Amino acid sequence: MKFKSFAQVAAIAAVGWSGLLAAPAALAQAKEQFFPLLVYRTGAYAPNGTPWANGKQDYIKMINARDGGINGVKLTFEECETGYATDRGVECYERLKGRAGAALIDPQATGITFALTDKVPNDKIPLITLGYGLAASQDGGVFKWNFPLMGSYWTAADILIQHIGKKEGGLDKLKGKKIALVYHDSPFGKEPIPLLEERAKTHGFELSKIPVTAPGVEQKSAWLQVRQQRPDYVLLWGWGVMNSTALKEAIATGYPREKMYGVWWAGAEPDVKDVGDAAKGYNALALNTSGQQPKVIQDILKYVHDKGQGSGPKDEVGSVLYTRGLIIQMLGVEAVRRAQERYGRGKVMTGEQVRWGLENLSLDQKKLDALGFAGVMRPVSTSCLDHMGTTWTRVHTWDGSKWNFSSDWYQADEQIIKPMVKAAADKYASDKKLTRRTPEDCQS
Amino acid sequence: MLYRENGQFKTSYRADQQIFPVLQDRVAMLGLLAIAFIVLPLAAPEYLFRAILIPFLILSLAALGLNILVGYCGQISLGTGAFMAVGAYAAYNFQVRIPGMPLIASLLLGGLCATAVGVLFGIPSLRIKGLYLAVATLAAQFFTDWAFLRISWFTNNSSSGSVSVSGLNVMGLSVESPVSRYLLCLGFVCVFALLAKNLVRSSIGREWMAMRDMDVAAAVIGIRPMYAKLTAFAVSSFIVGVAGALWGFVHLGAWEPAAFNIDRSFQLLFMVIIGGLGSISGSFIGAAFIILLPLLLNQVPMWFGIPLSTALASHLESMIFGALIVFFLIVEPHGLARLWSTAREKLRLWPFPH
Repeated sequence: MKFKSFAQVAAIAAVGWSGLLAAPAALAQAKEQFFPLLVYRTGAYAPNGTPWANGKQDYIKMINARDGGINGVKLTFEECETGYATDRGVECYERLKGRAGAALIDPQATGITFALTDKVPNDKIPLITLGYGLAASQDGGVFKWNFPLMGSYWTAADILIQHIGKKEGGLDKLKGKKIALVYHDSPFGKEPIPLLEERAKTHGFELSKIPVTAPGVEQKSAWLQVRQQRPDYVLLWGWGVMNSTALKEAIATGYPREKMYGVWWAGAEPDVKDVGDAAKGYNALALNTSGQQPKVIQDILKYVHDKGQGSGPKDEVGSVLYTRGLIIQMLGVEAVRRAQERYGRGKVMTGEQVRWGLENLSLDQKKLDALGFAGVMRPVSTSCLDHMGTTWTRVHTWDGSKWNFSSDWYQADEQIIKPMVKAAADKYASDKKLTRRTPEDCQS
Repeated sequence: MLYRENGQFKTSYRADQQIFPVLQDRVAMLGLLAIAFIVLPLAAPEYLFRAILIPFLILSLAALGLNILVGYCGQISLGTGAFMAVGAYAAYNFQVRIPGMPLIASLLLGGLCATAVGVLFGIPSLRIKGLYLAVATLAAQFFTDWAFLRISWFTNNSSSGSVSVSGLNVMGLSVESPVSRYLLCLGFVCVFALLAKNLVRSSIGREWMAMRDMDVAAAVIGIRPMYAKLTAFAVSSFIVGVAGALWGFVHLGAWEPAAFNIDRSFQLLFMVIIGGLGSISGSFIGAAFIILLPLLLNQVPMWFGIPLSTALASHLESMIFGALIVFFLIVEPHGLARLWSTAREKLRLWPFPH
């Protein structure tokens, strides 16, 4: 290499390096609330991550187009691709958290949540993990910055067992039954185990734990175990390609789909679409409805997609995970709105103020109706000690072409969840040498 | 012109054998250290520390460890992620199970545990060579993945299988701030780089290189293959283990076995190959290439305000990155470190090349 070209390479490297330095300092305008969006649109989890990300983005665009922001504060966002990998997720978090007006983080992955849980208290930015993350973080007395809104894997597992008990004609009928948990071998898949073990002890059913190595494209041995053990029910704790693979393996093993129950991350269109008719009868938890009827989705079609601003294909608007993305973003936006009520309307909220907003959310039916979420979800109301807000959820069943609700609303059993959450939160606090928040801290 | 060694006479063996025999190199190295230790901590933003410098330093350390094994001793290993995992989980266990355990001690003990595992999985190298050895070291990868996922003792019976550490401090000084974490990593990297450089210049380093170049000939001239190969495995996995412990403790804070999966092993092997086999500086250049370039490529469209979808940006990142790897391997198969040394040779003659 000649000296001249060497000098060129050095110059390019220097420019690149300074660019890397300058990147986080960009975008420092006033009156803009910034939402960092950690997403994965590539990799093994992309089929599920994409509609989720599209829902979040479309809701922000819709609020800007329809309402002009939150009380005049425009919403901005930037996406960062994590690929569901923890180290990339941490990089994205570091990249976006320092932006002016950054409101909250929704990492879209349990692994990233674990890594960020220790970081958010220092950075003073709330972490919302709707229906995923760390089950113990429901206890706001210890986890001041975590918000596992609307459910955790413990409430999910609890409700599935309640539902199965109801099918059998009472929880006492579960005695002697065999329930297998086919799970993604990661913190995501392992989270429900303590609760299921607790329930197994109380009701006398046998729990068999069958791990599937991430990302879950190879499940032959797991389903061989299912075939050998012949469990009465299979709980599927999968995400991404693991779900459709599991259904295909269930068909190959001849395991009845009617006896399979997925968590709410294993019950969306991408999971069953490829399997189609053969997945008929497969059940999963549903945190929300799907379909394009709700008003909020009509608004998105009108204000975003009809103007050609949509983030994804129009026919995917209103799918299960898309709607969940909407809910997550709506809760974030409402938290900012709630914070503005206290700290000043029309101002940009800091992470700390948004945290207060998340902790004092009270979305009753009337407010949900006004937001266009009538029928999509149940009211949410959080408090200092309860960062979850609600645990109501239903079961839906795939009929070969769409998801239909097949149960009433369930609520997780407080008597089981509460002591477990408290014990786990206390253990976390003692491991980390934290003290519980005082009542005064709760007021602030 | 500036880079010329005319007039620099060596009057002692000591002067002749120093790491940087040319004055300008010594000055440059001191300048680099001054920037790393003084200027950056004062000037750099938090993002740079947490998202770029700390991962870069830790993976450089891991690449350095791997380079001793692959570059100097010629034993291809695909178990680097496994040795990192052993270091991280062992350090974690020392930290949580022994009250009052100093951080540095747990990190080093984590490294020692990785050494033991590394030597164990290095034993097959006495019989098998080359690609076959690479396949044998894969066993380490799968074994540790299995062990840390399934044996709950290793994760202190954590129900989710994820472990986390916090409240780190070194001799009473908290290492929570990005600058202190960066300085801790930098300290480790500097000490280990110096140790590694001196090891490879010493008799044991020459034994490793002899073993790499032709093991039969090396054995004929009296080098014990078992000793040479196993020491290479030991030193390499010690450094890799410490890097793994730092990755878990300092960079991630909370981790699961997926943080040290097979992709990590491949990533480190590519760093060593692209950076330069058998070169200490190559480990750093390779790590910089593999860590920084994707981040840079990922952010380029944003600076220019090009509206690219996240997915497209991410695909482009992989494509350009892949193309650059191929390009550099064609232009300089001996790695980026060789490019640097070629440039240095040219600089010495410039502006009157002969």
